[in-house]
Amino acid sequence: MAETKVAAYICKGCGLGERLDTDALVKIAQKDGKVPMAKTHDFLCSADGVAMIRNDVANEGVTHIMIGACSRRAKTEAFHFPENAVARANLREGVVWIRPDTEEARETTQDMAEDYIRMGCAEVKAMAAPGGNPNTGSSKTLLVVGGGVTGMTTAIEASKTGYPVVLVEKTGALGGMAGQLWKRMPVHEPFKSPADTGVADLAAQVMGDSNIKVYLNATIAKTDGAPGRFVVQIATESGATHTEDIGAIVQASGFTTYDMNKLPELGGGKSPNVVDQLGLEALAKAAAAGDGVIRRPSDNQPVKSVVFVQCAGQRDPSGTHLAYCSGFCCNASIKQAMYFKDANPSVDTTIIYTDLRTPGNGEDFYRSAQEKGVIFTKGKVSGVQPGSNGSTVSFHDLILDDANATIADVDLVVLATGQVPNSGVDIFAVPKEGEGEPEVKPISILNLNYRQGTDVPQLKQGFTDSHFICFPYETRRTGIYTAGPVRRPMDIAQAREDATGAALKAIQALENAELGRAAHPRSGDLSFPKVRLEGCTQCKRCTVECPFGAIDEDEKRFPVFNESRCRRCGTCMGACPVRVISFENYSVNTVGAQVKAVDIPDEFSEKPRILILACENDAYPALDMAAMNRNEYSAFVRVIPIRCLGSVNTIWVTDALNAGYDGVMMMGCKSGDEYQCHFVKGSELGRVRMSKIDDTLKTLNLETERVRDLEVAITDIERVPEMINKYVEELVAIGPSPFKGF
Amino acid sequence: MSANTAMAEKYRNNFLKEIEEQVEMGDWVKMCMQCGVCSGSCPTNFQSAWEHPPQELFMMIRAGKREEVLTTTSMWNCTSCYNCIVRCPRKLPITHIMHGIAEYAHRLGVAPKMQPTRFFSGLFWKNATKTGRVNELKLSMGLYFKNGFGAGVKEGMKMKDVALGLIKAKRLNPFEILGGHTCKDQKGIQAMLKKAYEIERSRKAAKTAG
Repeated sequence: MAETKVAAYICKGCGLGERLDTDALVKIAQKDGKVPMAKTHDFLCSADGVAMIRNDVANEGVTHIMIGACSRRAKTEAFHFPENAVARANLREGVVWIRPDTEEARETTQDMAEDYIRMGCAEVKAMAAPGGNPNTGSSKTLLVVGGGVTGMTTAIEASKTGYPVVLVEKTGALGGMAGQLWKRMPVHEPFKSPADTGVADLAAQVMGDSNIKVYLNATIAKTDGAPGRFVVQIATESGATHTEDIGAIVQASGFTTYDMNKLPELGGGKSPNVVDQLGLEALAKAAAAGDGVIRRPSDNQPVKSVVFVQCAGQRDPSGTHLAYCSGFCCNASIKQAMYFKDANPSVDTTIIYTDLRTPGNGEDFYRSAQEKGVIFTKGKVSGVQPGSNGSTVSFHDLILDDANATIADVDLVVLATGQVPNSGVDIFAVPKEGEGEPEVKPISILNLNYRQGTDVPQLKQGFTDSHFICFPYETRRTGIYTAGPVRRPMDIAQAREDATGAALKAIQALENAELGRAAHPRSGDLSFPKVRLEGCTQCKRCTVECPFGAIDEDEKRFPVFNESRCRRCGTCMGACPVRVISFENYSVNTVGAQVKAVDIPDEFSEKPRILILACENDAYPALDMAAMNRNEYSAFVRVIPIRCLGSVNTIWVTDALNAGYDGVMMMGCKSGDEYQCHFVKGSELGRVRMSKIDDTLKTLNLETERVRDLEVAITDIERVPEMINKYVEELVAIGPSPFKGF
Repeated sequence: MSANTAMAEKYRNNFLKEIEEQVEMGDWVKMCMQCGVCSGSCPTNFQSAWEHPPQELFMMIRAGKREEVLTTTSMWNCTSCYNCIVRCPRKLPITHIMHGIAEYAHRLGVAPKMQPTRFFSGLFWKNATKTGRVNELKLSMGLYFKNGFGAGVKEGMKMKDVALGLIKAKRLNPFEILGGHTCKDQKGIQAMLKKAYEIERSRKAAKTAG
C-alpha cells in the first residue's frame, strides 16, 4: 500500500471564522490530530479552495483528506475526491449553528469544534479509499417472473428502454388474473362504463417484441448468484431446463383470490349460485359468448336479482380471515353490477358495503352506477342462506340500524373476497407446534440458492417486504424487485404503474452491479465488507442477521460475501463478536478512533461528555435540519454518524463508557412491523443487541441510564434537540461518570 | 280501492321506482351516497324534531319501507332553508325531494293529519282561495282552534295583549270575522284555480296510470 499522507483543511466561511478560533483548530489538528499538513481557507468549497486541495493531492502526495467545514451531507459535489479517503468534521451544522453566539458559550463551542477536528483526524487515518467491488457481473438481461398485467408491462417497459427481457409464466398463456376478466374498470373519460381489459393487446406486444423471450408453462427451478450475474434455471413443461444469465429480477407473481370455501356462513361453496368475483367474470364471459344474458349456474335461468357482498373475508379484526382491505373490490363490484344493468336495467342489483372505497376515478364510476340504478346499501352481511328458489341475504343495515334486514329471492350472490399474494415460501415462518391439519407447503417462486431461504422475505399478511415509504419496489434481496399485487393489494391501473417503477429500479440495479456500486440507500457506494477470515469463529451471526441475505456460507461454514447483493449497511459489522468485518471507509476502527479521540475533561470541570451515534439516514439529517433552523442543543454532545443502528458494535459503547463519557445516546429509525429503517432490519437488530447492554453496564458498576436508545424520524427537527437537552440534564443529575481520568 | 292501495299494488316491491315516477325530483333519490351532510346541515335540529333525517329517508326508500316513509312527519318539518341543497356533494335537490314526498303522501291520503305544517298549509290554501285574499283573523283563529274549542280559547287568551295592540295600531280589524274584504274579481280567481286544478289532475292521472 502506498504511503499515507493526511492533510486537514479548515474552512473559515459561513461564519466559522468569526465564531471559532480557527488558528487554534489548526494547532489541534497538528498536535492532537498529528497530521503533517493543516491549512485554513476563507471559503473552502469555492473553486479556489477545492483547487488548493487538488493541488496538494497532486503535488504534495496527500492521500487522506480531513475537511473541517460543513456537514458531510452538504457540498458533496465540491468535496468529491473518489481517489482519496475523506473525513468531514462538522463544524457548521454540528457546532456553530446549534450554539448561541454569546460570550459565555464561546468556550464550550470552541471545545466542541476542537473535538470534531480531533475526531475527523482520527477517523481519516483509520480509513482507506474504497477500492471497489471486484466481483461484478455484466448481464443486462431482466428476468420477469409472471406473465400477468404487471409482468407484461414490466417486460414491455424494460424492452422499450433497450434491455433484453426473459419472461417466465407458469401457465400456458399470458394474461394472468386480468386475462380472466370480461372487462375492467374504465381508466379514461368519462369513467361511466366497463372497458376492455387491454390484456390481448399487451400479450400481442410481448409476443411481437424480439427483445422479449417468453417461456410459457415454465417455472424458476433455481436462482443463483447476485445482481449482474444471476444464473437462473428455468424448468419447462417438457422437462427441459434452460439456463439464462440475468442481471436483475422483477417478481410479478400476482395474487389468488381468497378462497370463498372458507366463508360457509356467506354461502361460499354451499351453492353454485354463490360465486366470487372471478366466478362472476367467468359467467359474464360465457354470457358474452352467447346471448349476453348472465345466467344462474344452478338452472341456467337468467339472473333477475343479484347481491354483491363487499369485504367478504376481508377487514376481519378477529384474525380468521384477511385483516386488510384489498382496495380494488368496490370498483370491481360496481363494474360487475353494470354488467347486469347495461344488459337489462330491470335486473335488481344491490351492493352491500360497509365503506365504499373507490380509488382512481372510481367516484365517477360509482356515480354512473347509481345513475344506472344500482342500489347501494350500507350494511354488514351476516349470512347468506342458499335456497331452492334463490338465496336470502341477511344483513345489519347500518343506516337504518336494522339488525335483521334481509333481501330474499336473490338469484346470484357475489362475494368480494380480495387478494392473497403469491409470494412463495415464508422463509422466516416458525413451524406450527402440535398436531393439526397438515399445512399445505407453499411453492417457492424464485428458488433462490441463498443461505437465508428460497424466496424474498415477507412482511405481515404475506406480502413481500418492501420499504413502504421510501423504496416501495425494493425487496430484501438486492437486484430482485417485486411489483403488482404480490407487494400490496392493487388494481390494474396501479399494477401497471408499479410495473414501470420496478422495471426502472431493476435496470438501475443491474447497471450499479456492473460498476460495483451499491444500490440505495447508499447509492453509488464503492465500499464493501471485507472479512479477516483468520479471526472468524464461524458463529454465523453475520450470515443469519444480514437483512439482505447477502452472505452465504462455504462448506467450512465461513461466511461468503456476495458484494453485489450487499447494501453496505454494516449490520454484519455490528453483529460480529470478534470484529473481523469492516469496510474500507467504515469500520470498528474508524468509529472507535473517533470515540477515543474526544478530549474528556475531568469530573470537576462540569463539562460532561455524551456520545451520540446517529443513523445517517434519518437522525443525522434531522440534526442537520435542526441546525439549519438554529434549534440549539447542548455543547456537551459529540455526534458520530453511523450507517445504521444495526452497524453499531457494542465495543464502541463499552469503549466510550470506559473512556469516561457520561452517557451514550443511540439514534435510529423506527423498528418492528411498521419499520422505517432504511435497511429494514438494521435498527431492530441494533436494538436487540443494545437491550443486552445492561449486563455490561452492571459489570462496570454504571447506571443503566447512561445508555439511551432514541427512535428518531427525519421530521423530528424540533424534538431531537429537546431530547438531547433533556438527556444531558438527566445525566448531570446522575453525576459524572466514575471512569473519568483513568 | 284507495289511491294508496292502488299505488302500493302497482309498484309492488319497488318503492324506489314508485318514488322515482310519482314524486317530484324523486329520480334523484338513488344518487344519495349516505354521507349525512344534509342531516348535519339541517337547522331544524332534526335529532329531536325529525323521526328520520333526509339521508335516512332515502335509504328507507331504497330498502322499500313504504309505510314508514309515507306516514312519517319527517319531511313535513323541512323549512326550505336550502342549506342541504347547497351542501350536498352529490347535488341532490333535497329540499324539493322532501316537499315532493310530503306532497305525494298527502295525495295518497296517508300523511299524518294533524301535523302542524300540513294542517296549516291546508288552512292557508282554503282561506286564500275562498275570496282571493288571506283573511288573517280567520287564519289565526283556525290555527288556535286546531286542537278543539277549549285549547283554542286558552291559546287566544294567551295572545290577547298582542291582538289588542294590533287593533289599537289599526293592523287588525275584528270585524273581518264577519266575512272581511275580498279581491275584486273573485269569479276570475275561482275560474283560474279551477283550470289549474284541472291541469294538475290530468297530469297526475297520467303519471298514476303510466
